[in-house]
Amino acid sequence: MSTTTLTPTRPSVATDGLTNGRLPGWSPWVLLIGSLAVTFAAFGIMAGASGTGLNIAGAAVLGAILYLVLIFTISAIVEGRRKAVDRLVTGVVTAAFAVAMVPLVSVAITVVVAGAPNWTGEFFTSSMRNVVGEGGGALHAIVGTLLITLAAAVISIPIGIFTAIYLIEYGKDNRLAKGITFLVDVMTGIPSIVAGLFAYALFALFFGPGIRLGIVGAVALAVLMIPVVVRSTEEMLRLVPNELREAAYALGVPKWLTIAKVVLPTAIAGITTGVMLSISRVIGETAPLLITAGATASMNYDLFNGRMMSLPVFTYTQYMNQGIPAEAFVGRAWAAALALIVIVMVLNIVARVIAKLFAPKTGR
Amino acid sequence: MTTTPAVTRTEPLKAKSRPGDRWFSGAALFAGSMILVTLAAVAIFLIVQSLPALFATNADASILPADFWSYVGPLVFGTVWAAALALIMAVPLSIGVALFISHYAPRRLAQALGYIVDLLAAVPSVVFGLWGIGVLAPAVQPVYSWLVDNAGWFPLFAGPVSSTGRTIFTAAIVLAVMVTPIITAICREIFLQTPNLHEEAALALGSTRWEMVRMAVFPFARSGIVSASMLGLGRALGETMAVAMVLSVSGGVTFALLTPDNPNTIAANIALSFPEAYGLNVNVLIATGLVLFVVTFAVNALARYIVSRRKEFSGAN
Repeated sequence: MSTTTLTPTRPSVATDGLTNGRLPGWSPWVLLIGSLAVTFAAFGIMAGASGTGLNIAGAAVLGAILYLVLIFTISAIVEGRRKAVDRLVTGVVTAAFAVAMVPLVSVAITVVVAGAPNWTGEFFTSSMRNVVGEGGGALHAIVGTLLITLAAAVISIPIGIFTAIYLIEYGKDNRLAKGITFLVDVMTGIPSIVAGLFAYALFALFFGPGIRLGIVGAVALAVLMIPVVVRSTEEMLRLVPNELREAAYALGVPKWLTIAKVVLPTAIAGITTGVMLSISRVIGETAPLLITAGATASMNYDLFNGRMMSLPVFTYTQYMNQGIPAEAFVGRAWAAALALIVIVMVLNIVARVIAKLFAPKTGR
Repeated sequence: MTTTPAVTRTEPLKAKSRPGDRWFSGAALFAGSMILVTLAAVAIFLIVQSLPALFATNADASILPADFWSYVGPLVFGTVWAAALALIMAVPLSIGVALFISHYAPRRLAQALGYIVDLLAAVPSVVFGLWGIGVLAPAVQPVYSWLVDNAGWFPLFAGPVSSTGRTIFTAAIVLAVMVTPIITAICREIFLQTPNLHEEAALALGSTRWEMVRMAVFPFARSGIVSASMLGLGRALGETMAVAMVLSVSGGVTFALLTPDNPNTIAANIALSFPEAYGLNVNVLIATGLVLFVVTFAVNALARYIVSRRKEFSGAN
């Protein structure tokens, strides 16, 4: 019988101190800067030799890959495999975030650079009526967007909020409430173009084929907007503590007054946020408006009569049906895109500020 | 001696019914029923309008090559193919971004970074379309020609290369950019819900951060990731404008990613053809919309099913 004696072997590198066998805290940063410097230098020399411009994206991508390889190898030698894998994953996850930021930054820069020069006074004060080349503006589209979105909001906000009230205060998980919850989920997933087709099909049945009205677009947007309003309102009503309701009932307040005077005011900030986010979602919708409200070059203040332009459709038609000179059309498209993005961002930021400032105290 | 009279009440205590109560609950019930009515109306109107198209031939509707199914087939293929490509890119990226925000970024930055990703979701699709044509397509075109020259033997990268860069792959990249924030938002929420004790236990046993994520976070979040991806898929299937603007279409069925001949998607085809459509062509387009509705409905229902199953078994909520 042989006995194997296990003598504890100390790691050869670790002799003293707590930080032995570990890379110092600055090493990832130094490695990252070093590898980026190397690739940018290499690409710079190649660009100088061939006379082409510096390929920034290529250099950054290769630099990141070089960093990942270096940190993995060095860490594997000094710290062992497990630590090396951990560092590799940290690098990959951070890179994923950086990659996701690229389109956002690129879109923001492009829209501002291409759109801002075309933000002239004329752009905001005139329509495209009788404009064939340069000049003209998007006033008719801005008015159309405001009217259609307003109509959609008028349709969907009461329905959305009352549905949420039914689900939380009255339904209490009965079969109808469960069915409505399921259908709201289904509605959330309706593709925007299908909502447009539905609104068209609905009105075409009554007014004949080829119908194009502002109100049809508003109905299409309302179909997209209602589930978002229901969802966010529902969540906010759930946050209202039950003690508040019970206190009101104990004082003899009827149920509907409890809801109107206690529950809704407590949740109003969150509901406002949800409504504004839902507006910012539908205000940028193009496809349903393209097939329901159509496109026109003239002002139209009447939702129930004639085609109506909107900002997203304006952007689309200006870019896709370019006339002469093409720069004027592309410029107007970018200017409208910038206007659209500014509206959406302002709505988003205001909504979040409201949510932050007036958030209900949930109470523990 | 007095005895307290025994209170005998046969019917349960009932609140007085006030007109305000009746109006209010009636309004709530009406609003709730409106959801049912709306969705039923969507289904009914789409079906009614598309019935004539289902059996139409080229003689009735000029848009059809032969019959309806040979028209919608390639479109379904294009829709699914573009969405699948987008998802292959978006899901790993979203998981990475969500992990970065929930477990890797400094605590203070995490919420701000979450907001930034949410902003990406708020950008209107038509702006992404403009960006796809104006910035992305020219930027990736050199990469495409390099790929076709050097890896053209691989079926997906077969030539000839598109000179504009407006291929199905570019459209898929734009779609991926658009669904990434949606998938990220859901994944982030689920990663943050991982029980702290599981994470701390893993760390206390000496695991590195990645091992903690692999052993505590991922098993907890697996079904959530799947359903988030399905919701992203639903969005990618129905996305219209970005594809309509970016893709230069020839129709047909092809797997090649970088050529000028690209399959079209249902939604983009409707947006491009609808404004000029007349007669039975309109019904044909509405019928393709119905097909899209059914496909996205199935995908979403599957996602919800996975979510609800998770709620029952995980004990998270």
